[in-house]
Amino acid sequence: MWRYILARLLLMIPTLVGVAVLTFLLLRVVPGDVVMLKYAGEGAFVPHETIEAERARLGLDQPLWRQFVDWMWGVVRFDFGLSMWTGRPIAHEIAIRLELSLQLAIMATLVAVLLALPLGTLAALHQDTWVDYAIRVLSIGGLATPSFWLGILLILALLSLFRWSPPVTFTPFLQDPLANLSLMIWPALAVGYRYSAVATRMTRSSLLEVLREDYVRTARAKGLAERAVVLGHALRNALLPVVTVIGLEFAFLIGGLVVTEQVFNLNGLGKLMVEAITRRDYTMTQALVLLSATVYVVVNFLVDLLYVVLDPRVSYH
Amino acid sequence: MLETRDRVEPWRPARAVAVRGGPWLLAAVGQFARRRPLGALGGVIIVGLGLAALLAPLIAPYDPLETNFLAMLRPPSREFLFGTDAFGRDVLSRLIYGARTALLIGFTSSILGASLGALLGTVSAYFGGKVDLLLQRVMDIFLSFPLIVLALGVVAVLGTGVLNVILAIAVPIVPQVARVVRASALSVRAMPYVEAARAVGAGHWRIIARHMLPNVMAPYLIMLTAFLGQAILLEASLSFLGLGVAEPTPAWGLMLRGAGVQFAERAPWLAIAPGLAISITVFAFNLFGDALRDALDPRLRVV
Repeated sequence: MWRYILARLLLMIPTLVGVAVLTFLLLRVVPGDVVMLKYAGEGAFVPHETIEAERARLGLDQPLWRQFVDWMWGVVRFDFGLSMWTGRPIAHEIAIRLELSLQLAIMATLVAVLLALPLGTLAALHQDTWVDYAIRVLSIGGLATPSFWLGILLILALLSLFRWSPPVTFTPFLQDPLANLSLMIWPALAVGYRYSAVATRMTRSSLLEVLREDYVRTARAKGLAERAVVLGHALRNALLPVVTVIGLEFAFLIGGLVVTEQVFNLNGLGKLMVEAITRRDYTMTQALVLLSATVYVVVNFLVDLLYVVLDPRVSYH
Repeated sequence: MLETRDRVEPWRPARAVAVRGGPWLLAAVGQFARRRPLGALGGVIIVGLGLAALLAPLIAPYDPLETNFLAMLRPPSREFLFGTDAFGRDVLSRLIYGARTALLIGFTSSILGASLGALLGTVSAYFGGKVDLLLQRVMDIFLSFPLIVLALGVVAVLGTGVLNVILAIAVPIVPQVARVVRASALSVRAMPYVEAARAVGAGHWRIIARHMLPNVMAPYLIMLTAFLGQAILLEASLSFLGLGVAEPTPAWGLMLRGAGVQFAERAPWLAIAPGLAISITVFAFNLFGDALRDALDPRLRVV
């Protein structure tokens, strides 16, 4: 078991280094850099020396391998450097937005789970009846509805029904839970509904498979109530693939909600990423991409470990 | 979204799936429609959309690019069925022409991505060993980027425009399809006919082209249809962010960006119509893809 964990942790390193190299090179292929963009905004004539000096200050005059080694050396010391655009520490810029993005990801996942487990179970228990069809249409509909459009519709509905629109500024949850939730619940609903679709379908198909297993028949044969059979025996075992789906989705929710953040005017990691990419802010983009890749790889690993906890038949050597 | 990690079962070549013309094809379509009414419904909507896209110049009541400053932000009426936008352009006409953009980008990007993914997955499974290991590691790297981030990155490198958007959407599809197809190709490789082909001295590429690829058609088609809807959604998202196709090209995502948010209160029809178009299209593709998967291979779990 420990060997397995160690091997998996070590395997993460080449993947993440690959992500780092790829991001690093891709960014530098793009024509124009942050210095050009900064001065282009001012419109006035900028002497060549000023541009060169600014490039030198940001380390952009160094050879590529040197820039990469410097960056990597910083990363292993958890020093992500300064944003090339704002000049502020990247760790700080990310930290102030992480709270919002993390909260949104958690709330959306909660919405997804709360919708998916009961609906998926219900659909499986009433397979091929109108209940099943209705739930399937609902979840295929969820997959088909862009969450940013759902967000726009929510805002529209709130506005026309209650003449109320969500607050514009973000209040941390601990400071004022009510003000915080009145803003965050809407994007969480819009994103959660969409993401529940995958989990609902997974719950349904997985539960249908498990209900045909011998141990479920045994449980019924020994006279257990249907409720106990489904909740105690079947669902528990059906949850494995559902956990995978939800875990991986969660990983993508952090930093992947670019469009939803745009609709709700939220200043989260997704918005930061788009800004960083369009401003050619190399250091910031690199840090953000590496962060989201790390989250994905780690969650992937945790999901595999959770398998062992949930299913005693699975073991790793 | 597709569940493509760890739990996809290898496709077993149980039934012949070769599609040939003639009455056989008609019979197959008829059977599909009877057995899977929801899938058939999806198919009908897709055909309808395709026709609308093809015949756009004939059925659109106005020129989608024609601005009319005397008719800005008009609500839906008999003259403008879905109203007009901030430039006085007819929303219905833009929706019809938008189907062209959506289908063009959706089809080309998912065919490109799925084909490349299927080829890589098959090659990876066929050669095995170091080639397989290396390709899988590279796919792992691509898989650990969020879809939208990967697409954003490609757009940032190449710039916006239809061709670049197609590439941006195709790239994230490649590793996902490669994974699933590789799993199927592994079991195809173990088939006696592959061994027989090798025994009579067929070259690697001949075996891949003649014996492997035709037998991974089912997972390929399933993944292709599953990603069609995704590709259209991604195109809408990129356009909404202003990183997809550029104005004044009629595109559904762009219509939501341009008007939906700013004029949500004054002109709600601008927000509703394009979103509905996106949802119905993706819905149809998902219904069809689901039914196709059930028909071709109920064992492959695609969520």
